[in-house]
Amino acid sequence: MTTKSFGEPILRKEDPRLVSGQGRYLDDLGHEALAAAFLRSPHASARILDIDVTDALDVPGLIGIYTYEDLEGRVAEPLPLLIPHPALLNGRTGYPLANEFVRHVGEAIVMVIAEDRYIAEDVVELIKVSYDVLQPVVGIQNAKAAHNAVHPSVPNNVSAHSVKEVGDARAMIKAAPHKLSLDLFIERSACSPLEGKGVYAIWEEDSQELRLWSSTQTSTGVRAAVAAKLDLPLQKVECIAPDVGGGFGVKIMHPWPEEVLIPWAARKLNRPVKWSEDRREHFISSAHERAQEHHIEVGFDEEGRILGLDVTFFHDNGAYTPYGIIIPLITSTQLLGPYKPASYRVEFTSLFTNTVLVIPYRGAGRPQGVFAMERTVDAIAKYLRLDRTVVRERNFIQPDEMPYDLGLIFQDGRPLEYDSGNFPASMAMLKEMVGWDNFETMRSEYAAQGRKIGIGVACYVEGTGVGPYEGGFVQVETSGRINVATGLTSQGQGHQTVFAQIVADELGVPIEDVFVTTGDTRRFPYAVGTFASRAAVMSGNAIALAARQVRDKALRLAGEALECDPHDLEIVDGIVRVKGDHTKSIALKTVAVLSNPLRYAFDESAKAATQFAVGDTSKPPVPEDQEPGLEGKDYYSPMASTFANGMHAVIIEILPDTAEVKILRYVVVHDCGRVINPMIVEGQIHGGVAQGVAGALFERMAYDESGQLQNASFMDFLMPYATEIPTVEAGHLETPSPLNPLGIKGAGEAGVIPGSAVFASAIEDAEGFEIRRMPISPSELWELRRTMKENA
Amino acid sequence: MNPEELFLVELTVNGNPLSARVPARRLLSDFLRHDLRLTGTHVGCEHGVCGACTILLDGKPVRGCLIFAVSVSGSNVTTVEGLVNNDGSLGVVQRAFHESHGLQCGFCTPGFITTIHAFLKENPHPTEEEAREAIAGNLCRCTGYQNIIKSVLRAAELIDSGVRDDH
Ligand code: FES
Ligand code: FES
Repeated sequence: MTTKSFGEPILRKEDPRLVSGQGRYLDDLGHEALAAAFLRSPHASARILDIDVTDALDVPGLIGIYTYEDLEGRVAEPLPLLIPHPALLNGRTGYPLANEFVRHVGEAIVMVIAEDRYIAEDVVELIKVSYDVLQPVVGIQNAKAAHNAVHPSVPNNVSAHSVKEVGDARAMIKAAPHKLSLDLFIERSACSPLEGKGVYAIWEEDSQELRLWSSTQTSTGVRAAVAAKLDLPLQKVECIAPDVGGGFGVKIMHPWPEEVLIPWAARKLNRPVKWSEDRREHFISSAHERAQEHHIEVGFDEEGRILGLDVTFFHDNGAYTPYGIIIPLITSTQLLGPYKPASYRVEFTSLFTNTVLVIPYRGAGRPQGVFAMERTVDAIAKYLRLDRTVVRERNFIQPDEMPYDLGLIFQDGRPLEYDSGNFPASMAMLKEMVGWDNFETMRSEYAAQGRKIGIGVACYVEGTGVGPYEGGFVQVETSGRINVATGLTSQGQGHQTVFAQIVADELGVPIEDVFVTTGDTRRFPYAVGTFASRAAVMSGNAIALAARQVRDKALRLAGEALECDPHDLEIVDGIVRVKGDHTKSIALKTVAVLSNPLRYAFDESAKAATQFAVGDTSKPPVPEDQEPGLEGKDYYSPMASTFANGMHAVIIEILPDTAEVKILRYVVVHDCGRVINPMIVEGQIHGGVAQGVAGALFERMAYDESGQLQNASFMDFLMPYATEIPTVEAGHLETPSPLNPLGIKGAGEAGVIPGSAVFASAIEDAEGFEIRRMPISPSELWELRRTMKENA
Repeated sequence: MNPEELFLVELTVNGNPLSARVPARRLLSDFLRHDLRLTGTHVGCEHGVCGACTILLDGKPVRGCLIFAVSVSGSNVTTVEGLVNNDGSLGVVQRAFHESHGLQCGFCTPGFITTIHAFLKENPHPTEEEAREAIAGNLCRCTGYQNIIKSVLRAAELIDSGVRDDH
């Protein structure tokens, strides 16, 4: 038997290249290319009065300076609104280069192209722009107050408004024996991949073709957007995502202004052009997420069962909405997590502010929703003096209620229906692992030493593997090499390994022979992209289906060659053989030769193939319903998303003098269905938890009232180092998804989702007072403590 | 305006002596990446905080983005490419990262590998806490560091067991 690799912690195929410095990220390409640099707005809201380039013109090495006035055709039009939605009444997008107005610090105004980046930046320094500075709108409060408007055509700053109701929550709350209300706030943060964005384009004048590389989460999306903007046939544009140094959401947006401008300049100048984003640019001109303000009304019974939940929230969408309102849509639908309130009402308002735009960051609206829901459940427990896990258990959807329809529409436009999951089992496992029932003993032990500790818990459900589709291509070369391609992209998820595992098992070949390409439109032109924890589910299943086609074809051809029934054959270690009679066999690579009846014996496999007579001489060499080549292509398009879930618990100690939060233990129980590679899934959990800790205790976007981002560097934005991140103890449950052939669910975002919720729960438990805003810094916590003491 | 004046820099990179003429302001990281095409050294912030650009200057880890190329004349520079064994097999820290799943996107990895390589020369038997401290000057956005710490300990174990490492 070929060793089964699905489910095994197979070491990654991409590693040897990456650990030896042989990775090829965007800025590792195009050393000879011209370099672009951008002059970006220093103001949050302003009208551009004049752009003076006089001093810049005689810098040696300058190639060109471009402003909005220079843009041509569709490049001069507003950037596309990628995901429209009926609730998005006032969608607005920017231009590749600012057209008269700038609406956030960092918006691109001038593009400079020069022989190298140093020169391009010199030129940027010499360009003088004069502005009429306007009053900016910063923060949700100011956006609501609407004394100023981000877009004059939207005087109330409201881009979108939505109300969803399942049952009559307001009436149910009114009639409920107990009620509570909560006001909650979550601050901005950002994906902050270690590699920023970047674009490199080559225009082939002779063939009128454009080849571009982008550090993107969707090369097919970029390709289509650029072709449309430059008015080129799709066939004349290819886009490749090289090695990408992390994405976490920010690179799913497309086209970024630079993705339009760099190819445009490359064609205009007929020279390769490259732009690599620097760290400050990434902070002020890419995207952020997370800022939301929630008001919650909840009604419940004596047992803590939620009878009515009424959530009203405001979402800060920044200056533009090119990615639509996916985030508040997800917040509003995924807020409920594993619970089944008897009625639910959710209303959201999405607001423009003069800040960098807001698009999904790993978790995409779920961390805020989970924070709202879990704070509510904790508040109920406190009010009724019940154990926090007991209230949770009483509100859980039970395993025998699966599939469970929540009566809402999910972000993919399909009914929100959980396919599977066993929440009570997850909770039991979590409590056992973290020692929930013995925590009071631990608390008193610490208290006896004058130390203050707390425990927190938080649960989530995550819709993963959203459609519409992905495809997979599998091909057996006559050398025995197996080429696999899928269109979506990779940013560190180990796709070259997990997809190879799937193919190795489906086809019966050694994993060493399988080579996976992702994110290259030359290899697979149809794809959606890598986001929403969808890659393994979507492409994994598509590739499995394609591999099954190849297997069927191989067995049929081998059956003809060996003169036996294909059903009697198996493929083991790349050899097709008769089950139980291993003397009758043919190598898969030889079958690949047979599948492509050429007249030339150009290699060893071809020579070997000549000993087999295949095919019916009364038929053409390639029969009518077949194609040459041992290859297959298939697509996977699910009816609905599949829902993963998990529960986190954290034990913290808070230092008495400094109010610093020390993490003593961090425990995760997660269920993402069948696991292809547990090592990789665990890595995803670790990384997600680190971002959860970061968002709860360290990271925020410190905008001042004039819309300046005060901490736009790694010096000031507190991305945690190893000393701040705990060791994660993870427990696994595998409830297979009934929705897809492999039974898998997504795992990419899981770790980050309950971060703010679980820390708020633990801090509140340790301190005894309510925690309503996250992230929380030691000084904020210290201040809270002081005011609580004063008020007491 | 005049084109920039160029200065001679002579140094040894990954064992190879070489000389080049560079502008005074050319960063060592850019010199290595774009002039020598040793793109294994990455740039994550260009302000000395992330550590992705860490290289070994006469054996000591330094940030390539904070040093001008002209200022390292006469020195010995080792990049992540230079930590591969002479027969092309992975160096011991590189191998440990592979075995411990110490990387995801791999962008931060070269900076960690050079840092850890130098650290293990000084402290070949670190405790878990020492391993954590040793990498606490480098940022990684993907891994949550857990498996990087594991990689440090694994590398120490491999060295102990006498696994080949040429550097
Ligand atoms: S690039 Fe040098 S420390 Fe970040
Ligand atoms: S592996 Fe991606 S930043 Fe470390």
